[in-house]
Amino acid sequence: MPNRFVAMGKLAAVTAGLLLAATLSAGQAPAYRAPRAPDGKPNLNGIWQAMNTAHWDIEPHSAAASAVRELGASGAVPAGLGVVEGGVIPYRPEALAKRNENRANRLTLDPEIKCYLPGVPRATYMPFPFQIIQSQSHIMLVHEYAGAVRTIYMTDQTEAPADSWMGWSNGRWEGETLVVDTKGFNDLSWFDRAGNFHTDALHVVERFTARSPETLTYEATIEDPKVFTRPWKMSMPLYRRVEPNAQLTEFRCVEFVEDLLYGHLRKKQ
Amino acid sequence: MKNLVPSITVAALVLAVAPAAAQTPTYTPPRTPDGQPDLQGFWTNATYTPLERPASVTKEFYTPDEAEAAIKQAIAREAAQTEPGTTADVHYDFSQFGLDRSQSKFGRSLRTSLIVDPPDGRLPPTTAEGKRRLAQREEAQKRLGGRWDSAQANQLDDRCMIMAGAGPPMMDAAYNSNYHIVQAPGYVMILTEMIHDVRIIPLDGRPQPASSLRQWMGVSRGRWEGNTLVVETTNFNGKNPFRGSTENLRVTERFTRVAEDGIRYTFTVEDATMWTRPWTGELPLMQTQGPIFEHACHEGNYGLYNTLVGARLEEQQAAGGAAKKGSN
Repeated sequence: MPNRFVAMGKLAAVTAGLLLAATLSAGQAPAYRAPRAPDGKPNLNGIWQAMNTAHWDIEPHSAAASAVRELGASGAVPAGLGVVEGGVIPYRPEALAKRNENRANRLTLDPEIKCYLPGVPRATYMPFPFQIIQSQSHIMLVHEYAGAVRTIYMTDQTEAPADSWMGWSNGRWEGETLVVDTKGFNDLSWFDRAGNFHTDALHVVERFTARSPETLTYEATIEDPKVFTRPWKMSMPLYRRVEPNAQLTEFRCVEFVEDLLYGHLRKKQ
Repeated sequence: MKNLVPSITVAALVLAVAPAAAQTPTYTPPRTPDGQPDLQGFWTNATYTPLERPASVTKEFYTPDEAEAAIKQAIAREAAQTEPGTTADVHYDFSQFGLDRSQSKFGRSLRTSLIVDPPDGRLPPTTAEGKRRLAQREEAQKRLGGRWDSAQANQLDDRCMIMAGAGPPMMDAAYNSNYHIVQAPGYVMILTEMIHDVRIIPLDGRPQPASSLRQWMGVSRGRWEGNTLVVETTNFNGKNPFRGSTENLRVTERFTRVAEDGIRYTFTVEDATMWTRPWTGELPLMQTQGPIFEHACHEGNYGLYNTLVGARLEEQQAAGGAAKKGSN
């Protein structure tokens, strides 16, 4: 090492060391600097999509048969390595029992089956694209699934006025990272099709960081003392939809579930 | 009721004479950091001006006094919907829950109709094919039976499918006619409060997708012509007819910021299947206060569920009563 110090010059070595230390302390790979938006902030505009099986189950899981016999292989669950840091969600015992009950009764309980709004962070890794529309004062996250939409307030920030499905999001820039703090959730959305859930005490802090021109790193820290013994984290890459004509299309699913929800109330002919 | 009517502001007067103002531009809209004319912010298109000119009116513009009187009449008509004794089972007064548009900001115009062309302010004549389509739709609705026979027999907005005014063209939604416009390089996004409908309009000149891709709100493409955002929309699925329009509808909208707190919004409707000629309307977008809240319409649609439950229960009771009568 002393030889290298000499070769590089003392000052340069110290500077490099400081930079390295800073980078390591932020827990990041060598930093990628995103192209800038016209206001000088990292430009996250684009159509993005997760490419994993977190929408089935955010924990590591094996492949499994479809809950609907008629769908055969097309409805079967693909396996997944999971997106939860440490692999296991730290549930309180009674909450874990409820998660397992949710899982066993998914066909009647999963809000996705009823075309309900997906909540957060589930919206991010649904098997549908979403678009980031980034201005200085508001950053919109528009999801193809059910037309779910989140407004991230960058300037005119307030507390959540009422509980909602998609929560109330305030954002800020931390260097290269968009940090989104979301509260004000109702207790009705899930995290996946495997029954993982939360209550209205949910607090989500998400970090969106460009890691290359076509990929983002997405991290979400989940806090809900009513359900979890400690805060926990999930992370995954998000991929840019690079088709030149990429656009969100309508997935207005209310029409697709009307018979499922109200068919039994149809007048007998 | 009188105290609910806000006084006409200077800005509203500017909008009322917007066509004249457009010819002598005194207002230059600000620019976004990427150089687009800036339409961003919170807007409302609530209005009491009817789409078609009332039969009793023959002129294009009211005097300010006449306009005020027409608005008062319209407010009174709305309030009468829930006047005790006029409608069965009134559970709440119309002035509650923001249903009364006059409690919030609404666009004021001296125009006697939103339609500015044809010059008579009325929809153009329906084509023979259009008449056939209208009859066909009526038949299809009849086949669904009574309104409470099934969810599907109800109106689209009762079913939280889409609001009648979602458009395009974007029309007054009767209540919560609020919009949030956000611009990013290459895109204009319009969030509609009702059913959180979002329009993302690309500005890069890309072509329309194949005609086999159909959507409730069509597919929109936009471009800037000077300070005016021009949006063309086709590829409708025809399931949310606008005054009878079909899947062949083409809508051209023009958004021009004519004041700090006002956007002039015009729309041209072309549908040769339904009408003998295109027609054009105009209504103001007035700046309003944010934020916009989540309108989880479908998730909270107890109304549809409960009325269907109620209808089935009534049938059961009626059948029980008839059975009893028969046994006597």
